[in-house]
Amino acid sequence: MHLLVQEDRFDIGRETEAFIAGLRHAGAVVTFTGLVRDNGGQLAAMEIEHYPGMTERAIGAIMDEAKARWALEDALVIHRYGRLGPQEQIMMVATAAPHRADAFAAAEFLMDYLKSRAPFWKKEIGADGAEWVAAKASDENALTRW
Amino acid sequence: MQIDILYFAWVRERIGLPRERVETEAATVADLVAELASREERYALAFADLAALRVALDQELSDFAAPLAGVREIAFFPPMTGG
Repeated sequence: MHLLVQEDRFDIGRETEAFIAGLRHAGAVVTFTGLVRDNGGQLAAMEIEHYPGMTERAIGAIMDEAKARWALEDALVIHRYGRLGPQEQIMMVATAAPHRADAFAAAEFLMDYLKSRAPFWKKEIGADGAEWVAAKASDENALTRW
Repeated sequence: MQIDILYFAWVRERIGLPRERVETEAATVADLVAELASREERYALAFADLAALRVALDQELSDFAAPLAGVREIAFFPPMTGG
């Protein structure tokens, strides 16, 4: 299990290769990458704030839960904070399992929980000012399927 | 007792500071919120709608009815928007 909470950019290819290089039994790896949406060209930047300490604890607990529910060999979460430009990578998740069904399900589970249980807050900076992104009811509802 | 209070996102902006240490005898989170809200207008504004806020006690999500005994760090923030 690997968790990185960082300001710097990351290289998806290199992170995925390093993740795979550490595996011994997996037959399936699923990766997901979240990007900063440009809102039809209106977004200048996104600022992501987080709660150092709680962030690591919360994501660690979500990863432990994923490992308890599915036959995961390993999992990786990278989540950035700070000021990000349009189309920059915000975060990535990778899961490795003997078969793809577990890898897909665990990746979706991790994403659903990261959205509303990891202490990050996004602020969109546009031409007309800045606004905190409101949490969506659909994100909270997504947790009920697990 | 002394307790560290942390504020994030628009709660931090509305109150105007990221953290502070307070001396309080509040028994629950709700009691502490009432105490802060009575201090100054900016706190009253930030805590006007508790349904729009989340609270963590020692870095674990909790709720406004939770007791504060033994808690060292409390954080107030809007619903999270990670991922």
